[in-house]
Amino acid sequence: MKKLPAVPYIVWMIAGTFIPLLMIVYYGFTDRTGAFTTANILAVFQPVHMKALGLSLGLSVVSTVICLALSIPLALVLKHSTMGREGLIVFIFLLPMWMNFLLRTMAWQVILEKGGIMYHLAHMLHLPFPPIINTTGAIVLGMVYDFLPFMVLPIYNVLEKIDPNIIEAAYDLGAGESTVLRKIILPMCVPGIVSGITMVFVPSLTTFVISNILGGGKIYLIGNIIEQEFTTSANWNLGSGISLVMMVFILLSMAALMKLDKNGEGGMM
Amino acid sequence: MRVDLKQAPGRALKWVIEHGRPRKRAAARETEANAGGKPRRNAAWRTEANASGKLTRNAAAGPEPNASEAAGRTNVQNRLWKGLQMAKTLIELRDICKRYDDNVVLDHFNLTVEENEFITLLGPSGCGKTTLLRIVGGFEQPDSGQVFFEGQDITEFPPNKRQINTVFQKYALFPHMNVGQNIAFGLKVSGKSDSYIRQKVKYGLKLVNLEGFENRKVDQMSGGQQQRVAIARAVVNEPRLLLLDEPLGALDLKLREDMQYELIRLKEELGITFLYVTHDQEEALTMSNRIIVLNNGDIQQIGTPEEIYNEPQNAFVADFIGDSNILDAEMVHDKLVKICGTEFPCVDTGFGENKPVDVVIRPEDIIIREPGEGKLDGVVTHNVFIGVHYEMEIEAGGFTWLAQNTTSYDVGTPVSIDVIPFNIQIMHKPVKPEQEALDLEAE
Repeated sequence: MKKLPAVPYIVWMIAGTFIPLLMIVYYGFTDRTGAFTTANILAVFQPVHMKALGLSLGLSVVSTVICLALSIPLALVLKHSTMGREGLIVFIFLLPMWMNFLLRTMAWQVILEKGGIMYHLAHMLHLPFPPIINTTGAIVLGMVYDFLPFMVLPIYNVLEKIDPNIIEAAYDLGAGESTVLRKIILPMCVPGIVSGITMVFVPSLTTFVISNILGGGKIYLIGNIIEQEFTTSANWNLGSGISLVMMVFILLSMAALMKLDKNGEGGMM
Repeated sequence: MRVDLKQAPGRALKWVIEHGRPRKRAAARETEANAGGKPRRNAAWRTEANASGKLTRNAAAGPEPNASEAAGRTNVQNRLWKGLQMAKTLIELRDICKRYDDNVVLDHFNLTVEENEFITLLGPSGCGKTTLLRIVGGFEQPDSGQVFFEGQDITEFPPNKRQINTVFQKYALFPHMNVGQNIAFGLKVSGKSDSYIRQKVKYGLKLVNLEGFENRKVDQMSGGQQQRVAIARAVVNEPRLLLLDEPLGALDLKLREDMQYELIRLKEELGITFLYVTHDQEEALTMSNRIIVLNNGDIQQIGTPEEIYNEPQNAFVADFIGDSNILDAEMVHDKLVKICGTEFPCVDTGFGENKPVDVVIRPEDIIIREPGEGKLDGVVTHNVFIGVHYEMEIEAGGFTWLAQNTTSYDVGTPVSIDVIPFNIQIMHKPVKPEQEALDLEAE
């Protein structure tokens, strides 16, 4: 009886997670004839795939770091703003999130491309046009823009939950503002930072839409490779194989983060 | 309350023991009143109260203003007297005003705290006591007025620039640090050497009976232990003044009582001034040298625990401190008051003739006699055994009297009640709403 309410979720998990995962594993370890092979997995070591994977990792790390650098001050500002304004700022911040992800990314294309808004603006001000579109820089910009809220919100949530008495106690014990920030606030934010990193790093690592739209289809991230195997090449087996490798990468990075979080609780001082 | 002497190392505690509890005190007062015919209650304690309350004036007038008074004091009192004379002003609040939006919390508030005093701000929730503490700690700025620390204006100083440490109600320990790191925080911030810090952390833990807990995680400790860590964390910095904001509020009764003795001991050992905030009158009576009763940001009474209990200045204080019978009465003339239509001799003077007054009589001061032998005949309507004594309600003269007695009288027993003159405390009628007795819901 007790387990009855869980049935829809179990069905959902089986249909939505378990079966697709099994299918990916099946496709990943078989060739087109259905025979067992590890070629799809090992294909990741081909130079073109390695390059894409390396670029993906690099850009994800860069955009995660930028998001983190922007989010901590922003979350602190949000926390310290007064009640009335606070709601508004958070609202304004969340507003773009409610719009379609594709649209937001395409908006950047319109802004950055030759003949776009930036082009005209630079022209008006007699400045050289910054050739950002179709570069890795544009992709990083898109990643940061799209995923920043996912970094800010968990950090802001953790900050909000810090008992103001704890901050006061630190001041009371003689700590100045920077000490309070370094020794109390930041260490206590670690759980939020960890979940923020996860929520920015993982989608950045796997994205193919941002690189498609802002990379001009010339910059291949690992996401693009997988997408192409499934669509244009119609090679589900290879796509699944590389997906599996990606999954391993993601699981490893999550495990590393978890470890950081654990250490963070006791050993930051 | 029973007090075991062996558990009570502190001088302040001895003081409470010797002069403390109602039964003994009532008897002493009776003799005193009968023998000397002195109009003042508790004359000896009033001397001390004066000393602590208006010390500057006494000190200026000379150390021993009255030789016979000095001769009448016991050794303990003499020591206390000397201690108080050496005391000097540590904190002075001058004309503090604080409001939140339209709500005036403190209105031209003045207070002086002497060095090495255990002073308690006592009042119901929302009376401004926590705001006051936060202003002293530097967490809030007064709208106007000044805070002086040893004569220096520290009103604008942030908390980290004050020689004051705070023990918060909910401990406020740093959850990401272990016990030792918590206690070391203040010392680390002030750049003390590692060996000094290690030594101090050890000392702090010893002080609060938590030796060997350095590496324990904060969330692995009980509430009482966490509060001890919070106290240790504050006192290792050797503050001149320790602020305690209802530090025992979150603990259960037994632990709270233990911690009260612990705090008295700590204060004696450390020799620092304690400014304590609570709404628990028993806590205030047990620990304080001086109690400040607050209501709606106004001081209702300042005095020693004895004074506050025995001589409440208005209905609010009488009602807030301990159980009491508060009655409308009429002062016929000096030393005679008419309560429930019956005249009672009393000891108070100076209230005028035929003036309405409030009278407070403590339940333990009501003497129960055979019908016709007391002043007011009545009948017992309620009787509950509450441990040390029976608590009874007696309908007499149109008023339900709360009486406490070690002898039980069954419900329905006709009795007569009496009160000795000394135990009738006359008070002026309230002129302000905050001087009135509390409504039940207000508490």
